[in-house]
Amino acid sequence: MADYNPMELMICIAARNLEDGATVVVGTGAPCAAAMLSQKTHSPNLTIMFEAGGVAPILPAMPISVGDSRTFHRAIMASSMPEIMETCQRGMVDYTFLGGAQIDMYGNINSTMIGDNHAKPKVRFPGSGGANDLASLCWRTMMMTPQDAKRSKPMINFITSPGYLTGGNSRYEAGLPKGTGPYRIITNMAIMGFDEDSKRMKVLNVNPGYNRKDVQDNCGFELLWADKITDTDPPHANELRILREEVDPNRYIIGR
Amino acid sequence: MSKAAELKQGQNQLFTDPDADKAREFFRHKSRAMVNKVTTAEEAVRTMIKDGDYITIGGFGANRIPTAILHEIVRQGKKNLGFAGHTATHDFQILIAGECIDRLDVAYIIGLEARGLSPHARRAVESGNIKLTEWTNATLSWRIKAAAMGLSFLPARNILGTDTFKYSAAKEILCPFTGQKYAAHPALYPDFAAIHVHECDVYGNAHVYGASVSDQDLAKAAKRVVLTTERIISNEKIRQNPESTFIPFWCVDAVIEVPYGSYPGNMPYEYFSDEEYLKQWLNIEKDPAEFKKFFKKQILDTKNFNEYLTLNGGIERMLKLRAIEHLTDKK
Repeated sequence: MADYNPMELMICIAARNLEDGATVVVGTGAPCAAAMLSQKTHSPNLTIMFEAGGVAPILPAMPISVGDSRTFHRAIMASSMPEIMETCQRGMVDYTFLGGAQIDMYGNINSTMIGDNHAKPKVRFPGSGGANDLASLCWRTMMMTPQDAKRSKPMINFITSPGYLTGGNSRYEAGLPKGTGPYRIITNMAIMGFDEDSKRMKVLNVNPGYNRKDVQDNCGFELLWADKITDTDPPHANELRILREEVDPNRYIIGR
Repeated sequence: MSKAAELKQGQNQLFTDPDADKAREFFRHKSRAMVNKVTTAEEAVRTMIKDGDYITIGGFGANRIPTAILHEIVRQGKKNLGFAGHTATHDFQILIAGECIDRLDVAYIIGLEARGLSPHARRAVESGNIKLTEWTNATLSWRIKAAAMGLSFLPARNILGTDTFKYSAAKEILCPFTGQKYAAHPALYPDFAAIHVHECDVYGNAHVYGASVSDQDLAKAAKRVVLTTERIISNEKIRQNPESTFIPFWCVDAVIEVPYGSYPGNMPYEYFSDEEYLKQWLNIEKDPAEFKKFFKKQILDTKNFNEYLTLNGGIERMLKLRAIEHLTDKK
């Protein structure tokens, strides 16, 4: 087994999915690390944006808030939340990353509550923040999450942010912009995409050290499988070096 | 006809009136006089907020927040306030601990972003005693923008098809030109807004640097606006750079000079957030009895913002946070 932890693996895979010249809105933590790593490896011209208004900063450190002064340090623009969200709505933002407490087979995400009474939730989470907006309006949504049967459910308590809703064409019939939606779910065990017709989650690659059974056993719904499942290319030495030495030297994120 | 009949609407309560004509009637009588508006936080909160009002706070949770106003709202025991949780973090933490809020437009609440969740805010919201309507950050931005534009709603392409929509007060509409389905977001005209700025003159002409979040729209949308400012500058300085005026005087009702006024939050180009203090606050919240004592000492028993700053390390602490902001804290 190579010398990297699951968080490092997920960040390296996420970074590879961001091509040079693309635009991405990120939050704090792992998504920000993935975008920084991507810039420092193969995408020097990746434009990183933060929802409170920062555009293309030279990040001197990991931001603590998506609106703190790091997010527009030596930036191209310190704009506003409407500016960023309208750029997404106009179709100019290629990628975003989301997190959440629960996800279903269509990539719908819950970051609002657990329980069946909205007025008196069993557990309350922060809510959408900008997540619903980014999931609705950016072209491709990605998620990094542990592969966990308790987090992945056939039915989630609350759809905070839209995936493919009930599958098929339902996302676009609801009025959400055509061609948008979940793109990759990156876990410690596998990389998933979505079936073109049913829009159900579909395994594309299995990560080193795991097999198909591990991936299905740790998922709360039935996964589809690509015709040809290949092994995930593990993190390369230079990716790990840059991630550890330049992106997150204090191990705030990769130390979790 | 059949398509229109299928249009859905959010089932939760709309806490504010989106009527643009009522707003115009208010703004018709709002003073346009360019007069000296300098006052104190005590006076501003006493005269500008009444129990039951709907209030909004500028900045972004723990970035460029008007802390002195938040503390004063708590000290004066304002009750039953409506609040826009537009990435509300430390601002919400203060108001919820002060038991000031009874209804919430939620985009982001109870968390402090990468710092974790607030145990007290979570207990308060999970109690079921606060009315919640769900929105999103963009939605609240656009609701405020609709008000700034003098409208009653704006259409947008987010939140459709989700439970966020179901528990909002938005409505689906069809574009009269293309037939495209949109979410109609009702304009949000708050009774009161407090915004912390870098500098302004005594009339309220203000400069803000860094990410502006929704504050330019918020200053136009709110019926009564108070600015706290790092420093008061001359009107001449405003006139030297009129293209830099972020908020003009006619939006502003009161000006309060509060150096370090975003503490313990970040003030871009001035000082970084006090992460040790915010962490300490989150930790103490785990124990309700301890937190009650802490909150009393920090806010209820401090006479004003200056006393609060002194209690938490005064100028020496502020200099340290300035060094962190300027990346000169490590040799």
